[in-house]
Order: sequence, then C-alpha cells, then structure tokens
Amino acid sequence: MIAPVLEFAEVTELTGPLVVLRGVEGVGWDEFARVRLASGELRHGLVLDVDEDLAVVQVLQGTSGMTRSGTRVSFTGSPLRIPVGPGWLGRVCDGRGGPLDGGPPVFGQATAPVGGVPLNPTMRRPPAEPVLTGVSAIDTLTTLVRGQKIALFSSAGLPHLELAAQIAAQAHTGTEPFSVVFAAMGLTHADATAVRDTLEERTAAGELTLLLNLADDPVIERLLTPRLALTVAEHLAFEGGRHVLVIMADMTAYCEALREVSAARGEIPARRAYPGYLYSDLASLYERCGRVRGRPGSVTVLPVVTMPAGDITHPVPDLTGYITEGQIVLAGGGAYPPIDALQSLSRLMRKGVGAGRTVPEHLDVAAQLLAALARERQARELAELVGESALTPADRRYLAFARAFREDLLRQRRDERRDLDQTFTRAWRVLSALPRRDLSLLAPDTLDVHYREGS
Amino acid sequence: MGVVTRVNGPLVQVSGLSEAAMYDLVDLGPDRIPGEIVGIRRDGATVQAYEYTGGLAPGQPAAALGVPLSARLGPHLLGGVFDGLLRPLTGAATWLGPRSVNVAGDQEWRFTPLAAEGDHTEPGTPVGRLDDAGALPYLLLSPGGQVTAVRAEGRLPIGAAVATVGGDQVGVTTSWPVRRPRPFGDRLGETVPLITGQRVVDLLLPVARGGTAAVPGGFGTGKTVLLQQIAKWCDADVVVYVGCGERGNEMADVVQELSELTDPRTGGPLARRTVVIANTSNMPMMAREASIYTGVTVAEHFRDMGYHAVVIADSTSRWAEARREFASRSGALPAEEGYPADLASALAAFYERAGLVRALGGAAGSVTIIGAVSPPGGDLTEPVTTLTQRFARSLWSLDRDLAYARHYPAVSWTESFARDGDALAAWHVRDGRAAWATQRARTASLLAEADRIAALAEIVGTGALPAHERVVLLGGRLIREGLLRQSALSPADAFSAPDRTTALSGAVLDVIDHCLDLAAGGTPITAIEEHDYSPLLRAREQPAARVPGLRDQVLAALR
Repeated sequence: MIAPVLEFAEVTELTGPLVVLRGVEGVGWDEFARVRLASGELRHGLVLDVDEDLAVVQVLQGTSGMTRSGTRVSFTGSPLRIPVGPGWLGRVCDGRGGPLDGGPPVFGQATAPVGGVPLNPTMRRPPAEPVLTGVSAIDTLTTLVRGQKIALFSSAGLPHLELAAQIAAQAHTGTEPFSVVFAAMGLTHADATAVRDTLEERTAAGELTLLLNLADDPVIERLLTPRLALTVAEHLAFEGGRHVLVIMADMTAYCEALREVSAARGEIPARRAYPGYLYSDLASLYERCGRVRGRPGSVTVLPVVTMPAGDITHPVPDLTGYITEGQIVLAGGGAYPPIDALQSLSRLMRKGVGAGRTVPEHLDVAAQLLAALARERQARELAELVGESALTPADRRYLAFARAFREDLLRQRRDERRDLDQTFTRAWRVLSALPRRDLSLLAPDTLDVHYREGS
Repeated sequence: MGVVTRVNGPLVQVSGLSEAAMYDLVDLGPDRIPGEIVGIRRDGATVQAYEYTGGLAPGQPAAALGVPLSARLGPHLLGGVFDGLLRPLTGAATWLGPRSVNVAGDQEWRFTPLAAEGDHTEPGTPVGRLDDAGALPYLLLSPGGQVTAVRAEGRLPIGAAVATVGGDQVGVTTSWPVRRPRPFGDRLGETVPLITGQRVVDLLLPVARGGTAAVPGGFGTGKTVLLQQIAKWCDADVVVYVGCGERGNEMADVVQELSELTDPRTGGPLARRTVVIANTSNMPMMAREASIYTGVTVAEHFRDMGYHAVVIADSTSRWAEARREFASRSGALPAEEGYPADLASALAAFYERAGLVRALGGAAGSVTIIGAVSPPGGDLTEPVTTLTQRFARSLWSLDRDLAYARHYPAVSWTESFARDGDALAAWHVRDGRAAWATQRARTASLLAEADRIAALAEIVGTGALPAHERVVLLGGRLIREGLLRQSALSPADAFSAPDRTTALSGAVLDVIDHCLDLAAGGTPITAIEEHDYSPLLRAREQPAARVPGLRDQVLAALR
C-alpha cells in the first residue's frame, strides 16, 4: 500500500455513512481514505465528491461512534487496491476480506484496484462453452455459459440461497480448472451458516472463496463485498487461467446500501428512491464477467436478486435483467427447485451448447420443451376458467406433458447432482408424453433415435 | 487555461473558462481526460467528462480546446469498432484505462482522382475515390470551388491530403461536430422499403428508406437479437451499429458474426459494410450520451456519398438515462420521471436526422434510424417510450408473452404500427409481387380476428365455439407458427427475401382458406384441428420454390 500522503483533522459534518471534511488539498475523486477514530479504531472510506477544499467521504464501516473533533482522515493518493492471487482460495472472510476462518490475513503477490477497469469490447471472446451445474432444469433449459452473467430472480421465502449454494457446490467445467467466489451480502446468521455448511467440502478442497457480509454487519461494507469478489475472480481467471463462477447474493441488499448513501448525499432520487445511476453502478459489477482474447479462463457471474413483493418490474430486478444475459426465475408453489421455465432464459445458451459441448440436439430439445410448456400454460389458464373437460384432447395431452415435466425433470433433491446423460434421458422421457407429430421443432432423424411413444 | 474546482463523478467544475463556447472540448487534469462544456457561469464552466475521473483533484489544470466535440470521418470507419467518441477500439489496450484509446492508424488505401486540376467542382461532388476501404467505393467530396491541386493515383495513408479545392485542403479524413446535422440538398418524397429480411416487419410493419423505427421491449423480449438480425441482413449499403450502454459480450458476438458472415450482395464479409460503435454499460457513462450523435453523423457522412445508411441504436433509453444522470448531478430541475425537460426536443432532433435526401452533390442517399427503447419494468407509458412513439414512423413493440412462448421475433401485431405500411405494400406490388398487398391485409385481419376469438374462448371454452371460429383460431396459430415466427439461428430462415415471404404467406393463407371451406362443407372440426400441419410449419426452413409443394402436400391430405 502507498503511504498516506496527508492527514486532515477538520470534520465539518457527519451524516449517515458520510463524513464531510474541510481544508483538504490535492485529494482526487474516488480516492481511498483511512479514518482513525479517537479510540484508535481504523476504518476505511472512499471519496465521493471534492469541491474546492471540501471532501465528502463514505465510510465503509459506518460512522457510529465517530466525533467531529476526534476523527483523523488520511488519503492514500489512489483508488482502493487489494491483494490478489490464489491465496484467496479455500478462505472464509468477512465483507471486507478480513479472515473469519481463524487463518492469517490474505496476502497476494500482486494488487489490483477493486473498482476494476473496463475491458475493451474488441478484446472480449464471445462465450461459447457451458458451466454445468448438475441441476437438470438449468442445464437443459437455461444453461450457464462461461463468461456469461445470468441472474437468479426470487422472492422472499423461496429457496434461492439453497439453489445458489447447490450450484456453487456442484458446478464444474469438466477437466478444466474451476473455482467459485461466493459473495454474501446482508445474509442472516442462519442463512450464512447453511451456506457455509453446504460449501464446506468445496472450501476445504481449495476451490472456493466465501465472503460473508451479514445482516448485522455495516451496511456500507456491502458496496465493497461484490467488488472484492470480482477483483479476486478476475485475477484467478485472467492471470491464473481458471474458470471462475462468482455468485453474489443478495443484490437487493447491495442496492439498498447504495440507496442509503445516495439519500445521505441528498441526491435527486429516481424510481423507488434508488439513485439515477443504479443501472451504471450495477453494470460496473455485472460487466466484469467474460473471457479475454489470448488468455485462458473466464469469469461467470450469477447475481441473486430477491424481488420485493415478487415484483419483477421493481428497479433492482428490472435493471439487473437489462444488464444480465438472461435470468433464472423462481416462482412459488412448486417442488424444489421451483424454477419457472417459461420466464427463465439464458441468452448465450445457443453458443454454449450442442455437439462437442453438451449433446447435439440440446437446443432443439430445449426449444421443444419450452414451446410445449407455453402451450400447456394457455391450456391451463383456459382450464381454470372453463374446466378441464371443456378442453380439446390435444390440450389435455399438454397438461399431462407438463405434469411429467415437473415430476421427472424439474424436481430434484438439494444434494442431487445429475450428469448430462441422466438429465437428457429424463428430458426425452418427458417429450415422449406428446405424440410425435406435435414435436415439430425436433428433426425427424433425432426423433428416430430418442423418441419413445407412450413411455 | 482553467483550474478544476470540483469533481463529482463525470461532473467537473472548472474556474477560468467562462469565455469558452458551449459544447467546446476541454482537457482535464494531467491525464488530459476529454470533456465537454455543458454550462457556463460568470466565474467558470461545468464540464461533463468522457472518461473515468478517479484521481482528478481540485487545483489541477483544465484547458479549453476551442473546438466542439467532433468525429473523425474517413475510410478507416468501415469494418472498424470504435468508442463513443469514434476513437478506434481495435488495436487499443485490453483494459481501457485513461488515455488508452487514441486516434491512430497505419492503414493505406488506393486513391483514384475523379477531378483534374482546373476543374470547377460543386459542393458534395467527388474529387477522388478510395477503393479498398470497404464494400463500396469511398468518395472524397469537394467543399465546392476550383481544383488547384489533386494527387495522382496511388496509395495514401490516413493523414494524407488528396486535393486543394477553392483554397481548402481535402484530406483522406475530415472532421465534423457530431451534434450538428450535416447539410444536404432536399428531402425526397419517394417511399421505398428498407428490406429487413424479417417477415413480420417486411410484411406487416415495414419501414421506409430514410424512415425511423422504434423498438420498445422489456428485457428478455429479444430486442437485441432482432436488431442484430436487421444489422446483418437489411439491404442497406452501410450499417452503423451503436451499442449504447449495452452488454460487452453481445458486442463481441456481433463483431465476430459480422466478420464471419458473407454479404450476399458483394460476397465479402458483412463487417466491410458495417461501422460498430461500442460503448458498453461499464464504459464511461457520458461517452454513451455522445455515441448516439456520433453514430448518426457517420451515417450522414455515407449518405452524402449517395449511399443508403442505417443507424441501429441499442438502446436510446441508456442515452436518455445518461442525460438524466448528468442533469441530476448538475442540479437541474427534473421533469417527468426525473428526466431533464429537454428530453422530448432532444429525441425529436435525433430522429429528424433520418431521411431520404438528395445530397449536396446530387446523388440520392438516405439515413434510416432504428432505435431500441428499454422501458423500465416493461412499462410502455414511461417518457422515453411515449415520446419516441410520437417521433417514429414505425413502431415494433416487443411483447413479453410472445417472448415467453418463444415466439421470436416477438413483435406484437396489435401494439405496433407502420405509418407508411400501405404505400410500401404498393411498392411491392409494383415490384412484381402482385399478391403482397392483399396478403398483408388478410394476414392482419385474420390475426385480429383470432385474437378476438381467443379472448372469447377464455370465457366460454373452445368447445362452445362454432366451427368457423375454431378454424380462425387454428388459422391464427398457423400464421404465427408458419409465417411470423422466424429463427435467427437457422441459416435457411434467418433472412427471408420478399419472394420467400410472399410464397410462405400465400401458402399459409391457402391452407386456411381450404380449412374454412371444409368446415363450411360440414367436415367435423376436430378432424380439421387434429390434422398434421407440420409440413407447412417446416416450410419456413425451405427455399421459396419448395413452398408450394409443401402446401399442396398438406392440402392433398386434408381432402
């Protein structure tokens, strides 16, 4: 770390997570600051605004206990940098990267700025290979692709954390090196313990980094946690040649922290009082996924968003959906995992599956399953109004198909890992519930091999 | 020379530049971060910075450059990828830090003079031609006046001068302030379609050359895929694809596909007729605001050479949001949904830069603008969507229910419009597709009737409907699945030429008419409904010549 250049004493204002200082000189925007309390405690902050000799600093651990006269702030002359390297693997840390597992602080050979630097779009390699999760519904219908960002949308009370943890524990890229960075924001102690238990084996194997910001940890620290995770992941991927999956749960908690800072600064609020720059801010996180020309490795990003009151048009899921390349939507009422296949979509899947990647007929199978589910939804809505007996025989076949889909393909145990063979055997069994003439999206020669009428 | 006094993200205030002009460029700090003056007070100026301002501090220098934000236009554009300020990204650093993008280039082009010393040239007429700059000859245009010097045939680098006309030098490149429309002769009254190769657009909701189209759609409705399809297959001479605050992976994907796909008209890669402006959502926000203007300036530049150019802007909502974000930082009073009050006039001015015109040099050229709109929460009543609807000639609304049902392109036939639809259908009839206008009208009315009956069926049940109405329901399904649906992934179906579109729509309508006759003649409705129509539905994957055969196969089996 660079030695502090200057120390400033005059705090003119403390409001929410912000400190306003007077008499600063030569301090640049977005610089990293150290805040020393009268008690000797050290906190960290970032410069949000510099105006003549005034500076507004956001304190990551909050301002509680800080006084005007007893606070000393020093500036480091550069944006925040953290150590990076394989030393992070196998570690459990707090939301600022401090060890929670009893180990020593994490050191690395190199450092990197937590804010990241935009990747030149012409240096991106389009994603083209899958990350397999062992969850049938995801692997068949919304396949994760290396270098992709895809969101997991859920509502309060649904098992999104369990599913995120199951994906973190099971995901793999075949024989290529693979790691997971799991950033938890605003989790309750019970949830955090459950996630830690599910991921214990993988952590012990040195394939996973867990960053835990809990519900009672400082709120503003949450603004740092996902950036920390992505900075660690970028180095593991683009310098270390690994395929890294970054799971960020829960982004709604992150956005609330952002709103809190914005409100404290008196900014003009946009939708639902979130700041107008929420889109750009979320993009600065999610867009750090990808693959880089001339380098092995990839960063795949899976943010988890709980939709307040299940509202997909709420700014957090809405802006997330506009940035991510698809979404996996959980909806209530079903067996585990309660994935709503029709609302879910992986935009990059068409490039990441098929012959040599998963199975040759993968895209056609997925398209046919979804088309049939869409038709079943129409029939089901009709049946709710007029009764199942008023449906045509064709519509009734689709209701039977959807039951088979839910029982045979979708439903899965929380510790069950299905390989592609098992998943596609089930998918074909489900499709065979429909007459062959209805399967117009599948090629005749594929049907000859896999279709088994009435099975 | 000014001094930085305040830094708040992209908003920078400087003192001492109060004599500079509005919208002039400023270099900020020791890294010379580019910015643009957007407000002037007695004691200083407000600047919007186009790059990350981390480390910029009060007390650092700020220099006004005395010129407005301008784009460098030249033969290097075709086939290239640029940032929002039109600086080349191809060949720039992997990670885009400050000043990592620079105007450079070591390309050379073959020059042929088209005017001789002593000639008198009109403004906008060519004085020379560069031949290997892209799919089309790149014309170097005269500012008007007598040619006093012109270079001989040969190879020229990017910085070279090619002629002196009326005392002014004509270079390989030229510069133009992006916020000012380039001049032209006059607007032309003809109505000629831009063929997009997408059946739902070309048949039901066409757009004219020089027209404007807006594409509103929530996330996941396939906006970007539709726009990319049009970028690849529309029959324009030059396509300017502006990725404004969108996804990096998608930009990488479109660039790669354009370089792999063959232009059916020239045989070269499609990239050779395309200019890509990539300002992804994690790149500096204010360059996103400029990128829209940069894109349309590039299109106007090629229009002036007598070419038909298309600007595809994905997404104009990100441009509007960048303006909102900056307005909010500078403390401007918010109007509707927090957008600045000049949003309507700014949008109108942008879409007005489209048009089919006689260029200054006399050739006909056009700029067609197709703008995506990303309504928050899919809410089509929000300001950017509603304002854009007022200014666009065609509207392709994307429907979430269609997208969930994997009906792509998910263009809603009820919520969209094409104000030049009838005139453009008449053009197809004149062009030899006699049935086009009637097919268009019949398809639209069948879809509307099928929607009405489907709503009725939700109340009374399908079984309670008369046979005729059940056939219309079936007909709606056949039109949707056999005609309007089009796979962007299928090499055979990604592009549908007008002849194939008319063949498919004719085949589907013939089958529906036959079913209506059968039902009227007493054939049991379930027999009609349970019939195997899959040959007709698979006809989308076949060339136009094979479509009638597949239609006859279905008709024969129905008898």
